[in-house]
Amino acid sequence: MSMINLKVNGKEIEVDVDPSTPVLWVLRDHLNLIGTKYGCGVGSCGACTIHLNGRALKSCQLPVSAVGKQEITTIEGLSENGSHPVQKAWLDTDVAQCGYCQTGQIMAAAALLKAKPHPTDEDIDNYMSGNICRCGTYVRIKEAIKTAAKSSN
Amino acid sequence: MEKTTNNYSRRSFLKVSSLSGGGMMIGFSWLASFMPNEALASVEAAKEWIELTGFIKITLDNQIVILSPNPEFGQNVMTSLPMLIAEELEVDWRKVKVEQGDFDTPRFKRQFTGGSQAMRMAWKPLRTAGATARMMLLQAAANEWNVPINELTATNGVVVHKPSNKNTTYGALAAAAAKLPTPEKVELKKNGEFTLLGTPQKNVEGNKIVSGKSLFTMDYKHEGMLIAMAIHPPAFGMKLKSFDATDALKMPGVKNVFDIQVYKDGYERAGFDTRTFNKLVVVVGNSTWEVMNARKKVIVQWEPIQETIETVNSWGGKKKEVVPAGLESTDTHMKQMYEMQQKQAKILRKDGDPDAAFKNAHKIIEKTYSAPFLPHNTMEPISCFAHITNDKALFVAPIQIPEMMKQNIMTNLEVPADKIDIKLARMGGGFGRRAYGHYIIEAGIISKKMQAPVKLIYTREDDMTNGIYRPSYMVTYKAAIDDKNNVTAIHIKGGGIPEKAIHENRFPAGAFDNYIAEGWDISSNITIGAFRAPGSNFIAAAEQSFLDELAETIGKDPIDYRIELLKKAKVNPVGKNNDYDVDRYIAVLELVKQKSGWGLAQNKNVKRGVAAYFCHNSYAAHVVDVTMKNGLPVVDQVISALDCGWVVNPEGAKNMVEGAIVDGIGNALYGGLRFEKGVPMQKNFNQYRMIRLKEAPKKIDVHFVQNNIDPTGLGEPPFPPVFGALANALYKATGKRFYHQPFINDLNKS
Repeated sequence: MSMINLKVNGKEIEVDVDPSTPVLWVLRDHLNLIGTKYGCGVGSCGACTIHLNGRALKSCQLPVSAVGKQEITTIEGLSENGSHPVQKAWLDTDVAQCGYCQTGQIMAAAALLKAKPHPTDEDIDNYMSGNICRCGTYVRIKEAIKTAAKSSN
Repeated sequence: MEKTTNNYSRRSFLKVSSLSGGGMMIGFSWLASFMPNEALASVEAAKEWIELTGFIKITLDNQIVILSPNPEFGQNVMTSLPMLIAEELEVDWRKVKVEQGDFDTPRFKRQFTGGSQAMRMAWKPLRTAGATARMMLLQAAANEWNVPINELTATNGVVVHKPSNKNTTYGALAAAAAKLPTPEKVELKKNGEFTLLGTPQKNVEGNKIVSGKSLFTMDYKHEGMLIAMAIHPPAFGMKLKSFDATDALKMPGVKNVFDIQVYKDGYERAGFDTRTFNKLVVVVGNSTWEVMNARKKVIVQWEPIQETIETVNSWGGKKKEVVPAGLESTDTHMKQMYEMQQKQAKILRKDGDPDAAFKNAHKIIEKTYSAPFLPHNTMEPISCFAHITNDKALFVAPIQIPEMMKQNIMTNLEVPADKIDIKLARMGGGFGRRAYGHYIIEAGIISKKMQAPVKLIYTREDDMTNGIYRPSYMVTYKAAIDDKNNVTAIHIKGGGIPEKAIHENRFPAGAFDNYIAEGWDISSNITIGAFRAPGSNFIAAAEQSFLDELAETIGKDPIDYRIELLKKAKVNPVGKNNDYDVDRYIAVLELVKQKSGWGLAQNKNVKRGVAAYFCHNSYAAHVVDVTMKNGLPVVDQVISALDCGWVVNPEGAKNMVEGAIVDGIGNALYGGLRFEKGVPMQKNFNQYRMIRLKEAPKKIDVHFVQNNIDPTGLGEPPFPPVFGALANALYKATGKRFYHQPFINDLNKS
């Protein structure tokens, strides 16, 4: 165990964990930020997507010791009360079925729109294909991303 | 208005009402326990709730909570079922708060997510609950104002007496209403009188989902909670021999390592108690990562199982189940199934003289179809929280059918019925997997042993390799054709490991004078169970692909040919027990034909396939449009027609059909778990291919047949016909027929 300093959702935080612990489990077990989900642990499903310095990253593949001064944003820090344009578009489009993967999908979509405010269909296809939705809400996910892109005009 | 007898006996209602009669009930939201330090807990606990009918809670200041009885796994019943109550209660849906009901089947009558039955079974009972509460509130107002009840109206939670211009809220009336006797009969609205039902309403938990609030068992936290993980045999056909935890116990954060037995010796499995690896090694510790690491240090010895014969007290009485010894492989399974196709099988149905028809046939076409085992791969892996103390057995569990778990818990955890308390967490997917709550017993045993609150977590690898899989199937369809191009007989023969998927009384039975269906089963030690539209999810693929090939062989349009057969089955049905409604079947075919512009000139160059199926009381037809890009299919569009009776929440219903279509395309193209010497060969999503966003249809267009039939199922019916429609479209696009799932194998060969 060792003391590690992190900046999570704008707050400086100190955690006492094994340095090899993936950020996913630091968030969930130690910081009670459970909006970041465990789905596969091998970086293949995207349920654990967070932002590291504003870029989407699968937190199950990132040891906490490698974070350093980079800023972590989780779904809890994306907005207060679900008011980010992507979250609003998700609600307007009524995307979710079971909902388990959706926080990861939203974090990926928010990062996509930040990098590319007006993505093409192909951009969305490629960027969002790292996130699995077992319920099959992909058509709505795509629609919501387009809605969010329009709303930020 | 439609009169309905109140099925909630007075006693069951008043059990709840009397609580209120003897003093107000203090409400408690279990969600508040997720966040003990947040404001929500204090706000909720300070409120005084009055309960009506067991489903409705009202505060003095007219806040209304409706409890949703059924577990939610993404089918959106937590929105659609409370809508039924709200409609008859006459409250403003926008102001209603919905909460998940706990496991309390005496109160809710039915707590069962499976078989696409939620809406069908709730349609009258939940509206009756709403209407009953409304009547009691109206009666309370009538008593207070001393006016006849028929002079009162209720709208948006307010009771009005027009002649005197008086009005008051449900909140002000609730305490008096709760003391009244439950009316023997109430009147329900008719279709056409609804103001809420039939309007699109959004997921009531949408905001919590998009903001990452605690909803799932995986998210649940409890004071002093430990994390547990189990080690199960690496192969089906193996069991625990011994283990050495010396090194694991030295790992940081580890509390204990021990073995558990899930079911007691001689336990007769009943209902949804699945067979499972019965002896596991368990590692318990402080945090997930610590337990994951410690688990790697446990040295476990496994040994082969012997053949056993288990007694299962399942549907329709006790039966023996053979669990064979041996390490099974997919290649051997395929050989075994082809061998069984050559042997005599059990005749399930026979009409006319199929032998003679085949003997006299001018032409015979015969095609064999197969499909592999499928893991459910719910996005939230299996998990369960348990805290067993002398006072109570508390669980937070993702379980589809809590009402069937009681006996299992009582027997294997030695907990009396009145101490069982299950909080029904939102499930991160189910698809049948969470009908089988062996993990509840596992978590309970671990909690008892540790004398502590414990959350059992399956890793993705545990989840995929300790599954309750969709069985593997094979079927051969054979048709006899005479010299005038008439189909004179149909022969269906098939089976599965360990059970077949033949629905011998479904279409096209009834449409052919000579018909025979035969089946066989091969026992297996691989654990299997329900998977979205069990059996149908395979047989529809085979049947609908074969009908397409048959129509082509005799030179007919595939939609017209199906309708021709259905009309024949209507006018002159062959045999007895035909299990489908001809008119509803034809209606979805005609609707999909119209909406897709099937056969119109502008669509002649589109590579499209069609399929239809009936299961779980509902009818579905899809047209799938495909183009090939670099040898792989791109699904441009799916047009879908459904008859699930009256649609309660069109938004949720559409979403579910879209999901079923994506799920069907994904499983048809990529789904399949291979076994080698009992070992599941894919263990995680880097080895098991799931459909991704870029592979989903570019567009899905869902249409519902408008009718006044009471709601039937929707979770499963749109799923089975996807496979056939895709196979038929792929044929048009590639010139090749696809008989064996997953289709990607044959696509890669071409």
